[in-house]
Amino acid sequence: MAFITNIPLFSIVLCLLCSVVSSVLPEKAARRVSLSLCAVIAIGSGTLLWYMIATGTPVTYLMGHYPHPWGNELYFGILEPLLGCLFSLVMALCLLGGKKQLSADLEDGKRHFYYIMCDLVLVALLALTYTNDLFTGYVFIEICTISSCGLLMIRQIGRTTLASIRYMIFSLVGSGLFMLGVILLYAITGHLLMPNLKESIAELWEGGQYRTVLISAMCLITVGLAIKSGLFPFHFWMPDTYGYATPASGGILSGLVSKGYIFFLLRVIFRVFGTSVFYQSGVSHVLYGFGAVGIVVGSISAMREKDVFRMIAYSSAAQIGYIYMGIGLSPHLGVLAAVFHILTHAITKPSLFLAAAQISDAANGTERGAWHGMAHRNRMAGLAFAVSAFSMIGIPLTMGFVSKYRFAVAAFESTRLIVPTLTVLAVSTILNAWYFMRVVIRLYEPPKTDADSAPVHNGASYTVAAIAFLAVNITLGVAAEPLVHLLERSISLL
Amino acid sequence: MAEFFGRLWESRIAVAAVVLFAVGFVTLLLHRNLLKKIIGLNIMDTAAYLLLTSLGYIEDRLSPIIRNGDVDPSHYVNPLPAGLVLTGIVVSVSVTAVMLALTVRLYRRYHSLNLDEIYATAQKEHGV
Repeated sequence: MAFITNIPLFSIVLCLLCSVVSSVLPEKAARRVSLSLCAVIAIGSGTLLWYMIATGTPVTYLMGHYPHPWGNELYFGILEPLLGCLFSLVMALCLLGGKKQLSADLEDGKRHFYYIMCDLVLVALLALTYTNDLFTGYVFIEICTISSCGLLMIRQIGRTTLASIRYMIFSLVGSGLFMLGVILLYAITGHLLMPNLKESIAELWEGGQYRTVLISAMCLITVGLAIKSGLFPFHFWMPDTYGYATPASGGILSGLVSKGYIFFLLRVIFRVFGTSVFYQSGVSHVLYGFGAVGIVVGSISAMREKDVFRMIAYSSAAQIGYIYMGIGLSPHLGVLAAVFHILTHAITKPSLFLAAAQISDAANGTERGAWHGMAHRNRMAGLAFAVSAFSMIGIPLTMGFVSKYRFAVAAFESTRLIVPTLTVLAVSTILNAWYFMRVVIRLYEPPKTDADSAPVHNGASYTVAAIAFLAVNITLGVAAEPLVHLLERSISLL
Repeated sequence: MAEFFGRLWESRIAVAAVVLFAVGFVTLLLHRNLLKKIIGLNIMDTAAYLLLTSLGYIEDRLSPIIRNGDVDPSHYVNPLPAGLVLTGIVVSVSVTAVMLALTVRLYRRYHSLNLDEIYATAQKEHGV
């Protein structure tokens, strides 16, 4: 086995090490450690991605060379290093872009804790992406919950504390259900490693044994992860959580953490239940239904918000709905569209949060009304907000367009779902355009007085982050074909 | 009917675990008092561990520590479920600690443990 296959384990251990070291470092050093950690992991995952594309065979990595049933395993094909790279890059850009607000929102002497939490979120995301063991998955789900709650509650205003307790309660309900599901699966199969579980589950399904237990375990695990990632009707913790957190946290929580849970669910569907069992059981129809309703309800709730941060947060609920609709649609094109939308949302939503934070700082308010003509004062943030909003609406030349196109293509795979899927896509595009364009038009209204057009200085780190987000968004929006082919290949390796 | 009760008696621990899980779940989700929510969370987690422990125990077998040089695995129970329970306990302790810390902070800020009252106060203050 090539040395390069050690990269996932090294990244995970490195993250844990950095989070421990950061606890005794001053703020600036801890920040540098986190940023370099993200850079190192991005480079490492990129190298691994290149290697996996070249070889094309997925790797099962035995920790300490102990085989089943004594050892713990990692498993990765093409998609896992790709997501590892994306997660670390987006996290670094969030930390860069939210720098100004971070120093304003966090208490002196406690700032280095923020970077510990970031390192821990990253380790949890990487472990959820790479692990081949359900119980390890559970442990890292809890680590992710605790550290993302830390990212949220570190901004010490009453509303974030209230939001964190709500977030914690829903997360804990979700992980409790997930754990019960895992225990049920362990009880009927005696395995916790994904390939062994898949084998036993296929046998039990064929023989018709333990059908009720199997379906309840499937429901418990799916519902647990759906609650944690904020699928309708469990989305109402989202606006408070994403809206009142410091913008870097908002970006990380909405762009990355929820994606980590969804990707783990995808792995469980493909590598534990097996697509044939999962799509026969009917659970996929439920996911499709809640996803589709969630898109419309999320968009309508977003329309009714005056506060731009809460509006963007409700829009996240709708985007999560898209991803679940794709997963419920079909195991091939539907999942492809869902995975593409995971990438789109992870790149677009943090950019929106960071731009909104920059604009509201200049405008002295987070409400839409106060944003009149602000794009003339803060050109970069205005442009970033506008382009990211276009991407969320699905205007061509952005990643959002490619996502929506892939959803539409996926709809044609099953004859029954063509009409509902296309209707939901059309309705939600109109609603998205309505509430996002309202803000973009207000941003670009001509300024009333000269004072309104005095330019604001952004700071180099925000400019770098905004340009990076826009560049990735537009590059992948214009030339999406190679990525789509890569994703097609990687889904077959899941 | 007798058969049904026989089977119920056989799986009494699993039934108890499910009932406890439901009690904890409902308390965590619906109770207005934050401390009782945390107690509910612990009942829910403990119920899951009870289920796991009862699954891991096989009657007439010994705990997995080699005794008198007997290395036949069929004389011992599988240590894995106990290991899982231990891991789970660590997780639930840390989660409880975070929840308690949040509760302390909320109490200092809003002087109440009742979530409804806290929301009402927050609404008055921020107009959300």
